Amino acid sequence: MSRPDPAHTHDPARHLSPARVLDVDPLLADPKTRIVVCCGSGGVGKTTTAAALGLRAAERGRKVVVLTIDPARRLAQSMGIDSLDNTPRRVKGIDDSAGGELHAMMLDMKRTFDEIVEAHADPERAAAILGNPFYQSLSAGFAGTQEYMAMEKLGQLRARDEWDLIVVDTPPSRSALDFLDAPKRLGSFLDGRLIRLLTAPAKLGGRAGMKFLNVGMSMMTGTLGKLLGGQLLKDVQTFVSAMDTTFGGFRTRADATYKLLQAPGTAFLVVAAPERDALREAAYFVERLAAEDMPLAGLVLNRVHGSGAGRLSAERALAAAENLEEPRIVDQEGGKAVLRNSLDTYDSSDSPASETPAPAAAEASDGGSPAEDAENTENTERSVDQLTAGLLRLHAERMQLLSREQRTRDRFTALHPEVAVTEVGALPGDVHDLAGLRDIGDRLAANERELPDPADDSEPPHADSRPEASA
Amino acid sequence: MSRLQVVSGKGGTGKTTVAAALALALATEGKRTLLVEVEGRQGIAQLFETEALPYEERKIAVAPGGGEVYALAIDPELALLDYLQMFYKLGGAGRALKKLGAIDFATTIAPGLRDVLLTGKACEAVRRKDKSGRFAYDYVVMDAPPTGRITRFLNVNDEVAGLAKIGPIHNQAQAVMRVLKSPETAVHLVTLLEEMPVQETVDGIAELRSARLPVGRIIVNMVRPEVLDAADLELVRTVPRSTVARSLSSAGLGGARRGGRAERLVDPLLTQAEEYAERYALEHEQRAVLTELGLPLHELPLFAEGMDLAGLYELARELREQGVS
Repeated sequence: MSRPDPAHTHDPARHLSPARVLDVDPLLADPKTRIVVCCGSGGVGKTTTAAALGLRAAERGRKVVVLTIDPARRLAQSMGIDSLDNTPRRVKGIDDSAGGELHAMMLDMKRTFDEIVEAHADPERAAAILGNPFYQSLSAGFAGTQEYMAMEKLGQLRARDEWDLIVVDTPPSRSALDFLDAPKRLGSFLDGRLIRLLTAPAKLGGRAGMKFLNVGMSMMTGTLGKLLGGQLLKDVQTFVSAMDTTFGGFRTRADATYKLLQAPGTAFLVVAAPERDALREAAYFVERLAAEDMPLAGLVLNRVHGSGAGRLSAERALAAAENLEEPRIVDQEGGKAVLRNSLDTYDSSDSPASETPAPAAAEASDGGSPAEDAENTENTERSVDQLTAGLLRLHAERMQLLSREQRTRDRFTALHPEVAVTEVGALPGDVHDLAGLRDIGDRLAANERELPDPADDSEPPHADSRPEASA
Repeated sequence: MSRLQVVSGKGGTGKTTVAAALALALATEGKRTLLVEVEGRQGIAQLFETEALPYEERKIAVAPGGGEVYALAIDPELALLDYLQMFYKLGGAGRALKKLGAIDFATTIAPGLRDVLLTGKACEAVRRKDKSGRFAYDYVVMDAPPTGRITRFLNVNDEVAGLAKIGPIHNQAQAVMRVLKSPETAVHLVTLLEEMPVQETVDGIAELRSARLPVGRIIVNMVRPEVLDAADLELVRTVPRSTVARSLSSAGLGGARRGGRAERLVDPLLTQAEEYAERYALEHEQRAVLTELGLPLHELPLFAEGMDLAGLYELARELREQGVS
């Protein structure tokens, strides 16, 4: 798939436009790509992006599993995974003519944790761990457990080697970095010094310099015991030592899953919306991936707005809307004639090429014959003018949004010109069926710039031809 | 009017902004409010364009009519040390505990402990009186954790039930629950007119109700202005393109003939109107879902250029006009 190098197709003056365009299809088609991780801050469409990528890859012949974390109900239903049973289910209704398959699953964090315990401990010990109150609160809602378990599940899916491609959604959090940090935090907390001290204070005896620590320890366990209740501390101790003897250390385990993310065949996609906070998070993430030697495939910029009438600026649209909403002046016919006349002149001089197809014939085929015009009452004309004014205000709003989004995107690309970007147009509604996901997939792969480049949006200067100037 | 106003909402709905606007709105006419942050994000400081808040109450804004807004970012570590100091007279040992990471450890293995410290501090501010017997704050507004966690966060009694059954933490939890389950408290939920936040609001209210926590108002944030009304949208479907082209042309946007500048605008403008219509319909659907909940419903406008201090005062005025304070 050869595409023109954007560096050559763009005017060098537009140095703010993305240096590289992210080409999704080759990434998905490459048999060497085994894991695609979609990350980004909450609320930017990560889950939808992951599902759309999975569907696209499957319909192009790959055997795919999508691991979603917290999908919107209707999106989950559309893939047939509205029941949370922690096993991949085959998605029906996809185009499998290329020989691909799509499986999807929703992460059940508690179940995943239980499975680890069951897989590593003999039944008796497993039952003891699963029944431990501290384990129960840890597996149900400890900060970082969801991230840890998402990574754990990814490791399991990869180890089963049943799929060519695993697409992973990451847990919703304020910061995209949580996905990378939380498992380590959890691991190092459970493996941490304090927990070691608590669980095995006897081992400390005898070593020089530990005397002070021992005094501190007894005081501390005393205070913590009073505060938390002795039982909780005992629970923690029992839990940690049970886990330790079954599979030796949480941190080791966290480290192993972490390495999977650095392995060849893993590609990260950072998902963001063209909003300041989301792109700031994306930038942090990009920097972090580089520091960790994790391969970044590019940035998916979701919910980008475009306009088919991008050459009509917000200011001109608003001025025109005001013009339409003003009460008609007394000598209406005369005024209108002058107006039309002056505008047609400006129009034909501005774009002579577009005026060449016989205008009279075109006008007739439009159905706007003079006879019909005469029938139009003043009232319908008024309400159409009102509608038109509304359309223009709507357009002005769109153009303002578009230029804000463009500024935000350009700030990101100026900081990270090395990051390939694909833009996905905003949809008015939510996606909740396979057709909608397929549509997103097409948009992801289309490489169409939704937002204009910086040099494209300036309106040619002809402010003096505005009607209010002539009225 | 409840004196403890708890503001929650799905992440990204602007709950910190709404909490701050509410604190401002409640402070008008010489009242004094305390705005409390519990998640250590310094969102309040950012919003009021001040430096990071310390763990102490300080004045951050003056409301119209001479009221005052104070702010406090509660640090659970320091709050725990306060308690230990108060009940166990630890002296220097408290610092040693902190150094060893014991405080962090305790609040980590027992998240309920952390929550009871945070809610406890807010409830203490609600009950505090000055020497003349007057309440120190007329209202306390809490920028609380998101909807998904709010019930667990507020339901501290259950959360610390497994911990100490006697002693200061137990007593603290009892006192906190007395305030939180009384009419002294109202829990408001902030949402957007979108599927997921509305769903989360519905779920959140069900959870709060089953925990017998007092649900207050629903505040729909970032509501986009109505540019086209139902009649306009009806017309969009039926209007002849040529009429719109002529109207655009008369507004000074070029020729209405086929291929003319105004004529070429018609299709894209109508497409944008159709997209608007689709969103309009979705928003109506979500609004209907919210209305069915039977709670006071308020709407706050979107500030397209982003939120700033002026916008915050604007929202506060809006909340007052809608009778929230």
